[in-house]
Amino acid sequence: MKYVKSFGLFWWNFIVGDDWQVAAGVAVALLLTWGLVAAGANPWWLLPVAVVLLLGWSLYRASREAAS
Amino acid sequence: MSTSSWLVVLGAFLASAVEAVEALTIVLGVGIVRGWRSTLIGSGAAAAVLAVLVAALGPALTVIPISALRIVVGALLLAFGLQWLRKAILRASGYKALHDEDEAFAREREQAAAAGNEQKAGLDWYAFTVSFKGVLLEGLEVVFIVIGFGSAQNQLGLAALGAAVAVVVVIAAGVLARGPLSRVPENAIKFGVGLLLTSFGCFWAAEGIGVDWPGNDLSLVGVIAFFGASSFLYVRGLRRQRGRLVPLGAES
Repeated sequence: MKYVKSFGLFWWNFIVGDDWQVAAGVAVALLLTWGLVAAGANPWWLLPVAVVLLLGWSLYRASREAAS
Repeated sequence: MSTSSWLVVLGAFLASAVEAVEALTIVLGVGIVRGWRSTLIGSGAAAAVLAVLVAALGPALTVIPISALRIVVGALLLAFGLQWLRKAILRASGYKALHDEDEAFAREREQAAAAGNEQKAGLDWYAFTVSFKGVLLEGLEVVFIVIGFGSAQNQLGLAALGAAVAVVVVIAAGVLARGPLSRVPENAIKFGVGLLLTSFGCFWAAEGIGVDWPGNDLSLVGVIAFFGASSFLYVRGLRRQRGRLVPLGAES
């Protein structure tokens, strides 16, 4: 059980890293894109815009934490 | 070769180079203090494990339909690349300390000198395990990038070649310099790798879902430019904000 937990934790840190909210935001943006494509739209702009906003939000929080 | 293929090779080369620099620091620190035999056997064993991983996982992924593969690989590269980009921006703006190879080298030598002298299977166990773990952990990120880039672009051989060339260049530079490669602009390279990982991840994930990119593969260059310009503006904004918090000269 200990090894399974360590293995899971390793991959979590490897992929998700310090800010899980960014990974969760990426998942939401992908789901939104999928939903719009399924509805017949071509939202090519959605993911790049979401990525830049998520990055900015993450940097804002990290800089506030570092400054406090 | 198309623009995206060149970018795949470049991404694999840069990611491999920056991780190889960090692995070289560990191997040199241990090897100089503990001797080279066990250190090089440990490094070689880790390199063999990494090569087996690429050889086994890479071709196995090609049986997965390309659109499903691009969604999964793209989403993973996107989350992974954003970590690299985020850290590189925080380092460039002064909110996170830069990685110092000289300091890491000194720390590694200190720990190697203080460790006990356990022998197992005719090897200096400390030198073997530290060099094995160091090369394996630094190399895992490269394997992930090579497999991700290679499988989603169907260019595994090219991606692996780019990574292998980088390792050879870094080892040669390390032998010539006879020390850690502390002059390599690690953060600038990590910035570039983060930018490529995030851009490819975004491009492939959206394409896998069914998005039609305007201009097809050419829009990848547009995505890189968009993320690059945004990151540059974030660095400038954060530097300005930090300058207001920490007046010049107050850090020393």
